[in-house]
Amino acid sequence: MHLAYPAVLAVLLFSVGVYGVLARRNVILVLMSVELMLNAVNLNLVAFDVWLRDTLHAGQALTLFTITIAAAEIGLGLAIVLLVYRTRRTAAVDEVTALGDRHEADGQGADDQGADDHEAADAAKEQAAA
Amino acid sequence: MNLALPILVPVLPALGAAAGLATGRRYPGLARPLAVLPVAVSAVLALVTALQLGTGATLDAGTRLAPTGGPDLSLALHLDGFSSVISVLVGLVATCVQVYSTAYLKDDPRYPSYAALVSLFTAAMFLVVYSGDLIVLLVGWEVMGICSYFLIGHDWEGADARTASLKAFLVTKLGDVPFLFGLFLLGADAGSFRITEVLRTAADGGLHHPTLIALLLLAGVAGKSAQFPLHTWLPDAMAGPTPVSALIHAATMVAAGVYLVARLLPVFLLSSAALLVLAAMAAVTMVGSALCALAQDDLKRVLAYSTVGQLGYMTGALASGDRQAAVFHLVAHGAFKALLFLTAGVVIHAAHTNSISAMSRIDGLRRRVPDAYWTMGLGLAALIGLPPFAGFFSKESVLTAAEHAARGEALTGHLGPASAVPAAAGWTVLVAGLLTALLTAAYATRLWLVAFHARPVAAAPADAPYSPEPDEADPAHAEPGAMRWPLWVLAVPTLGFGLLGLRTDWLPALLDGEPLRPAVATVALGLGAALAGILIAYAAWRRAGARTAAGQPAADPGRLLLGPAYGPAQHGFGVDRLYSALFVRPTGAAARLVRFLDRAVVETYVRGAGAAPGWLGRAVRFAQTGNAQGYLSALLAGAVLLAVLVAVGS
Repeated sequence: MHLAYPAVLAVLLFSVGVYGVLARRNVILVLMSVELMLNAVNLNLVAFDVWLRDTLHAGQALTLFTITIAAAEIGLGLAIVLLVYRTRRTAAVDEVTALGDRHEADGQGADDQGADDHEAADAAKEQAAA
Repeated sequence: MNLALPILVPVLPALGAAAGLATGRRYPGLARPLAVLPVAVSAVLALVTALQLGTGATLDAGTRLAPTGGPDLSLALHLDGFSSVISVLVGLVATCVQVYSTAYLKDDPRYPSYAALVSLFTAAMFLVVYSGDLIVLLVGWEVMGICSYFLIGHDWEGADARTASLKAFLVTKLGDVPFLFGLFLLGADAGSFRITEVLRTAADGGLHHPTLIALLLLAGVAGKSAQFPLHTWLPDAMAGPTPVSALIHAATMVAAGVYLVARLLPVFLLSSAALLVLAAMAAVTMVGSALCALAQDDLKRVLAYSTVGQLGYMTGALASGDRQAAVFHLVAHGAFKALLFLTAGVVIHAAHTNSISAMSRIDGLRRRVPDAYWTMGLGLAALIGLPPFAGFFSKESVLTAAEHAARGEALTGHLGPASAVPAAAGWTVLVAGLLTALLTAAYATRLWLVAFHARPVAAAPADAPYSPEPDEADPAHAEPGAMRWPLWVLAVPTLGFGLLGLRTDWLPALLDGEPLRPAVATVALGLGAALAGILIAYAAWRRAGARTAAGQPAADPGRLLLGPAYGPAQHGFGVDRLYSALFVRPTGAAARLVRFLDRAVVETYVRGAGAAPGWLGRAVRFAQTGNAQGYLSALLAGAVLLAVLVAVGS
């Protein structure tokens, strides 16, 4: 089998993953997209391992590592998602912005303007989602 | 002789000043004893030192203070007849002033610091008089300057006191800068700052730049002794309390410049140019200040201008090469001018005004202050130069010195050849001195007549509103004793000091040993000028009185005498205005320019340096939305960009 097929498949999977991570609002879907990207990499590892005929099969071994780590990562990720959902009653990733710049209450006009724009954008997004 | 005595003389008032400043706020009761006692003890010690030293002897002692790499600085004493006479005068006047101040500034909340500064000032003057080292002398010289600044500004609530103190400080400093360089040059030429060494080098002809040194030193002398063109600070310095005027601006500090020239006269004798400059300075100062004094209405300003003029006599005597006459006049003038200022204080205290024309409207002023009336009469007679007062003999000795110098037989004594003094200097001083004698007599007579003898008929109606003062109950005792008896103490030298010059084994033996007896020719000229001045002023006063009686507006005899020159003379011939236009305003403009450059240019850069990062930070903060997907997008875009760059670059 030509190397192009798994490579193109991996690129497609990775692109879908990237799109999902960057564009989806639901945290669960973001996590799934991350899994997609990881698996695209896994596919590449296996495919190239075969194509390079590596005697040690480093690609396959690394794939096993990746799967293990991905399992641990998804476990942690889901736990975080659960906690976030319990405390904030939402699973939308763009509403969890507590670590962003808060714009102090006594800030200057420009800051307030920025905060207003931000809130307005949030409201617009919510309307679109509804 | 015991060295402790002359050392204690300057040290005691300094310690008294330190103690007074330290305890003044907590124990105000201690201020008076701490003010009077050290100065009085110093005065006694100065007298004892003078008596122990005796006549014709000198004492030099010193210890090296600091090696400088060049001429060493040493803590040296130099005692001779000149320092003895002047230290006794300083002690006497300072004690009288301290005693007088206890009454004059009785209710002043700042009395402790005032008294401490007067003590410190006295210590500095003693240091100048006793110092045998020019740099140590300079220390005393500058301490006096700063004390004078503080004391003139004693009433700093008033704007005139503040400006006067600043003016006095700046003008004297203007002279002190060239003075300092003169001292350096002198020390470098002579290889030592010890006065004895300097004089020895001068006698041996080892000074290479005598004219330059003498002219540089003269700048400092002109500043300190209020000679033209640096005389303008002294009349304004009258904003200080009257005892300060008596001590500083009549008897001691202004005498420091004359004393210094007397000390270093052999250096000045090496340069006829410097003597000519000194003579011209003295002549302009004498005549100009006498004209100004004739036009002043403020009692203290009249006395201030007269001080300037009398200092002109002293510098004139020095320009004629006779330091004996200069110091003779210095001491006599110190006594009678301190007396005049203290009496002026009493009169101002009683009259509640400085203006002599206002005094003339007070009925019976002379009966309210009889002590001041009589002692001021004595002081003015001495100022005019009437025999047998001190001023007569000392002024005649100055005129004699000038006359000898004009004939080419200057009384330089053993200090240098008589030919060292140019005859032109003698003529200048002689002519100016005689003219000033006339003018001095005129303004002193005018002061006396206008202040005390004006007819109150037309000037003040009988039913004029008049509020009796509480201390009028007993006119003979209107002023406290501490303000009356220093007057009589000072009246004694005013009366008798001049007689000491009559015999060569009295005062002259203490000085250079030349006779100080007045010569017949100058007595006739000087006394004639003085009498003419008195008569002219009296006639003018009569005419002014007649005008007043005729219902015309009251006229000042000074205005009648000076005519159109009255206005300019009243304002010091516009010297102040000239300096203001020449120096003060350009300096002010330069200061404003610097302020503008600092505020508008330099500060803009500093503010910009602070503000630019602030704006940058505010811009960067907009990126911090907290949206993880936004961050990731930026991360991806960056990674792609780097990858593309690497791909393109390779």
